[in-house]
Amino acid sequence: MISFIAKRLAQSLLVMAIVSAVSFSLFNFVGDPVNNMVGQDATREQRLEIRDKLGLDDPIITQYSRFVGNMLKAEFGLSYRIKRPVDDLIAERLPATLELVFVSAVISLFFGIILGIYTGIKRNSWISRVILSTSLAGVSLPTFVIGIGLIYLFAVHLRWLPSSGRSGVVALGWWKTSLITLEGWRSIILPAITLSLFQLTLILRLVRAEMMEVMRTDFIKFARARGLSERAINFRHALRNTLVPVITIIGLNIGGLVAFSVVTETVFQWPGTGLMFIQAVNFVDVPIMAAYLVFVALLFVIINLIVDILYFVVDPRIRLGG
Amino acid sequence: MHLKQLLTASIIALTVASPALAENVLRWTSQGDALTLDPHSQNESPTIAMNGQIYETLVTRDADLILRPELAESWEAGPDGWTFKLRQGVKFHDGADFTAEDVIFSFGRAMHEASDYKEQIKSITSIEAIDDYTVKMVTDGVNPILPNQLTSLFIMDKGWADANNVSVPMNYAANEETFAVRNANGTGPFTLVSRAPDELTVLARNANWWGEGMFPGNIDRIEYRPIANAATRVAALLSGEVDFVLDPPLQDLKRIEATEGLSVKTVAQIRSIFFGMDQGIDKLRTSNVDGNPFKDVRVREAMNLAIDRDAIKRVVMEGLAFPTSMITSPGVLGNTPENDAPVKTDPERAKALLAEAGYPDGFTVRLDCPNDRYNNDEKICQAAVSMYARIGVTVNLDAIPKSQHFPKIQKRETDFYMLGWGVPTLDSHYVFSYLLDSEGSWNAAGYNNARVNEITDAIAVETDGDKRASMIDEAWTQVKADMPYVPIHHQVLAWGLASTVDIPIAADDAFRPRFAVMK
Amino acid sequence: MDKIDDKPLTRWQRFKDNDIVWSFLSSPGAMIAAVVASVMILACIFAPVIAPFDPFDPAQISLWDGKLPPSWVEGGQSKYLLGTDNQGRDMFSTILYGGRLSILVGLAAVCLGMVLGVTLGVIAGYVGGVTDAVIMRLADVQLTIPGILLAILINGVGRAALPYELRDEFAIYVVILAIGLTDWPQFARVARGATLVETNKEYVQAARIIGLPSLLIMSRHIMPNTLRPILVIATIGLALAIISEATLSFLGQGIPPTTPSLGTLIRVGNDYLFSGLWWITLFPAVALIVLVFSVNLLGDWLRDALNPKLR
Repeated sequence: MISFIAKRLAQSLLVMAIVSAVSFSLFNFVGDPVNNMVGQDATREQRLEIRDKLGLDDPIITQYSRFVGNMLKAEFGLSYRIKRPVDDLIAERLPATLELVFVSAVISLFFGIILGIYTGIKRNSWISRVILSTSLAGVSLPTFVIGIGLIYLFAVHLRWLPSSGRSGVVALGWWKTSLITLEGWRSIILPAITLSLFQLTLILRLVRAEMMEVMRTDFIKFARARGLSERAINFRHALRNTLVPVITIIGLNIGGLVAFSVVTETVFQWPGTGLMFIQAVNFVDVPIMAAYLVFVALLFVIINLIVDILYFVVDPRIRLGG
Repeated sequence: MHLKQLLTASIIALTVASPALAENVLRWTSQGDALTLDPHSQNESPTIAMNGQIYETLVTRDADLILRPELAESWEAGPDGWTFKLRQGVKFHDGADFTAEDVIFSFGRAMHEASDYKEQIKSITSIEAIDDYTVKMVTDGVNPILPNQLTSLFIMDKGWADANNVSVPMNYAANEETFAVRNANGTGPFTLVSRAPDELTVLARNANWWGEGMFPGNIDRIEYRPIANAATRVAALLSGEVDFVLDPPLQDLKRIEATEGLSVKTVAQIRSIFFGMDQGIDKLRTSNVDGNPFKDVRVREAMNLAIDRDAIKRVVMEGLAFPTSMITSPGVLGNTPENDAPVKTDPERAKALLAEAGYPDGFTVRLDCPNDRYNNDEKICQAAVSMYARIGVTVNLDAIPKSQHFPKIQKRETDFYMLGWGVPTLDSHYVFSYLLDSEGSWNAAGYNNARVNEITDAIAVETDGDKRASMIDEAWTQVKADMPYVPIHHQVLAWGLASTVDIPIAADDAFRPRFAVMK
Repeated sequence: MDKIDDKPLTRWQRFKDNDIVWSFLSSPGAMIAAVVASVMILACIFAPVIAPFDPFDPAQISLWDGKLPPSWVEGGQSKYLLGTDNQGRDMFSTILYGGRLSILVGLAAVCLGMVLGVTLGVIAGYVGGVTDAVIMRLADVQLTIPGILLAILINGVGRAALPYELRDEFAIYVVILAIGLTDWPQFARVARGATLVETNKEYVQAARIIGLPSLLIMSRHIMPNTLRPILVIATIGLALAIISEATLSFLGQGIPPTTPSLGTLIRVGNDYLFSGLWWITLFPAVALIVLVFSVNLLGDWLRDALNPKLR
């Protein structure tokens, strides 16, 4: 067990090393950083002073180790565009993204698993077929088209829900939440549904496939032969055996949600990290791009680590495989 | 005039006073948030618009763009400069008194090399306090338009700035956020309640404002939320989440107009849109031909003749534009109907001119274009591409955000570019000194005409109005003959409003909340 | 299946009896999807022949014809079947050309991912050891980061790193690269799995013993056997790649706005969402959805057909 986790940890560190190298190289790839910091008419002395201050003339290895050092302290410098510390910006915007991802994850997991089980068990009912074809349509609709459609229908046409932004924000310490006010829930509904649809269909299909696999296995046949009720078979035996893949799904799901939050946040002007990232890419605001990259990688590494450990707990067979 | 204004203001104040139990909250949006609340570090419209609600200037303009006293009550020119009498009894939001010391401090700060306003006031050589409420600005030669140049020069409190270590606009090397980026202490009608950049900024009415009761505005609270995407911005107005959109896209105006409870306001703007052609360099950077076709006035004329300004107006601009052939709108000193009349489209003649100039098969060139600055900027450029294709000139379009587009012009790294020019001083000198003088910092066309250079210098110090006007006219006529630019049109501004609010629209596109009334 | 017969079967009969074809002919959804997908793909690829106008030729565009409604709506003109956009381009032609670009980008990206993934996967499976470990770790690492994010990033860096003049010219290749590079781990995984199975089979062992070069064994014997599962991934990958291109372009990160692709067309359409010019918004979106949906249907059916366990 310990060696397994150690191995995974080492792998995670490797990932972070690669990602930090990539984001470090961003600074040097994308133009002269000094040019991006000062105005058009900064003097030569000013430029030299900044070069010196930032140590841009040091050997590349020194610069990299300094970057990693700062990274460990979560310091990424000032945004080129708005001249504020990037770690502050990310910390401010993180709650919005995490809350959106959380609500979307709940929606997609809840409906995805339920519908997946249903369509897995009742393979040939017409309801299953309808659900399946609809889900395929869900995979085929780009997230931004869904978002635009929902805004048009529910915000502009019916005027039921707000079209964009995050309102009803209340500060709980440093965490600004929109989940404890009605206004906040009204504004999160459309983006959360938009974000969850694609993942929902993926989960539905994975769970269905998994259910179908399990239902064919010998021990289910055996359970049938023993005369257990269908209900017991479905829920006590089949479902439990789909647990391992479901854990993977949750991991993948959260990863996918974070990734697509970039698109959803852009469509709904949701003030999270994804919107900030896209704006940073547009303005070639390298400190934000680099920090976001490191932050997302860290998030994924943590998720994967948790998933791996859960695997280990749930499915003893992995212990043999190492 | 003053009395009348006061009277109307008090009448409105009275009528509004009774049902004013509920707060009047104005929620509004526009494309881009202010970059900073530091009043001297960015000379950029959204930043000025935001800061102008909190900070004030010595001299301001009303919605008709007439100069009005703000923190200065009066001013007069002397032989070596200008003297400003300051308003008394004004307090900053933190309670500090406003005095001459703050003016001197703020001007010094705005002249600092890290300030974005140093160009505007570079004619001031020294500034001194005669007493607590009188300031004298000595200028280098007579500067007849100094007050015009001060309308976005905000006044800060010296004590507050010193206490918070923000005595200079920006310290690049410090690599940290300065206090003034997210905090503000002005004398204006609204105080800053909270600010989350790119998210939400909340302002509240300043009950101790000197102008309380003198203006019709009855807004208690302003909530500003930037929405970058145009369609989303309109959706917010259509669904009733905001009361005011500063910059709705032109194609959506009909829809806004047709929606119950919403209305559209338009006004001709002091901003002209044009293409610049670099005629100053020997070889174009992005062309397939050797040499520089733009050096030939016939080619420049052909580039002008190819553009169908009426089609752009009708199809791209939804009718909201005034086709032109000069970079100065009506309302600015120097605009004349003769020079303003647009060139008639004539692709045949354009082709002939190109052939005459030695380019019978045309040439290729890249057009640099912003995609988030002017009304339908990218679409105008796209339309131009097909119009130039008609005369055999292959234009490759590169449309990018303004933050990357403008440096290309300033560094003179573009052959052919779109630019829009507003004239905050309402005087042609502003256009000549930046765009047409051979030393002009935005003259990326490389235009260089000795007489125009001469006139540019002369009108900076000429005080005889008639003589000045005739020199300006002479220069414009010369420019029209040389055609260094391809003027397209003067913009028309459009605002989308809920019918519960009334805000006077002005040609400078500035939001003046002190005049905003909610019903 | 009833053919232990004396007579040799004709090609057609054998073709019909193939399990995949049989499954295809008995699945109406798959048939419709295949027809729709191939009609759309062919129409797009042959856009220069079919389309009445060429939206890439600015000289053919007249601004005065801009914003005309579809031909069956009052005010529409018969030469513009689906109306015109804000620039005066024929919507029908523009969608065909845009679809063509989107499909080509999608195909190229999938091919890139497939070639890269299958090559690395087969090598990993065949050679094993450290090579295997390194390649598969790399794939694992990349799989942890979702494709679209990586694509935005690769694309952003690619654009920023290119010299200014070349940015638009190479934008399409950058997009292909960005999407293709995010695709390969899936292919690698499947190819490696199939390779491991094949490598232990007798014919490969035999080939090894008689001393055939590894390269030949891999390319001639092993790769063809990985084709079936790869085909499934490639089909679904194509749908995803088309969506990725659209998403990138919609975010303003992909194809330059002057070049119609389904993504840039939808982006423009979004600007006209409230303008009353519904055809500019609706048709490109519908084209994208129908295209992706039919490709997905095809992929879905392929997966079921090729995975007999699930039938």
